[in-house]
Amino acid sequence: MSRPRIRAELEARASVFAALGDETRLLLVGKLSNGLPQSISRLAEGSALTRQAIAKHLRVLERAGLVRGMRAGRESRFAFTPEPFKEAQSYLERVSSQWDDVLARLKFFVEDEES
Amino acid sequence: MGNSIEKRIELKAPAMRVWRALTDHREFGEWFRVKLEAPFVPGQISRGYVAYPGYEHLKWEATVQKMEPERLFSFTWHPYAVDPKVDYSSEPTTLVEFRLEPMAGGVVLVLTESGFDAIPRDRRIEAFRMNERGWGEQMTNIARHVAA
Repeated sequence: MSRPRIRAELEARASVFAALGDETRLLLVGKLSNGLPQSISRLAEGSALTRQAIAKHLRVLERAGLVRGMRAGRESRFAFTPEPFKEAQSYLERVSSQWDDVLARLKFFVEDEES
Repeated sequence: MGNSIEKRIELKAPAMRVWRALTDHREFGEWFRVKLEAPFVPGQISRGYVAYPGYEHLKWEATVQKMEPERLFSFTWHPYAVDPKVDYSSEPTTLVEFRLEPMAGGVVLVLTESGFDAIPRDRRIEAFRMNERGWGEQMTNIARHVAA
């Protein structure tokens, strides 16, 4: 893999993690995860936040590739795009299982000597 | 802390023994499977090679952060920096922390790796501050949503 490509991948992943590291955005992703595109007004329902604030959060999610904005007549609608989310999740699972292996070896290493 | 992995493991060995396994660079190398050139020193870069069969050509590098005897050992590194042709030095790093907690008959070792949201400073568009919830928990929450 070329260096720019790796760099781009690292940055894309980091921006997904950063985008999801916020209560409001997480809630928005939750609302959109049923797959149906929704308007900002709809997403703002039951929230203490203004539509402007919701729009700002949606832009962050859009930049990370987690939602896609689309025009529907006079209003914008947003839809969840699960791919970057799944990629980030599988990356964390790989890192996590790598640590399981490392820690199992440490356990064997320190306990073996004791017995 | 946000965006982190946390693992807890019970080790039936004295804290002193665990501490040595973590911070003596030769012992660390045994179970971590790296061959390190020199002892760990806080603030300094530790260099060596991966000692995992088939990956011996890969460089291993980490910057030691804290060494608080029998309590905390931490370093920063580039997770999954496995392409030998790539210079990862300007890429973001994650923080790895090994914390020792006393337990009857041994220690509980708490491992955390955090900072997966780090974006290189020069390209940072917005400085996002992470909230207090763990990344794993967030992932589980979203995964539940996605699966539903």
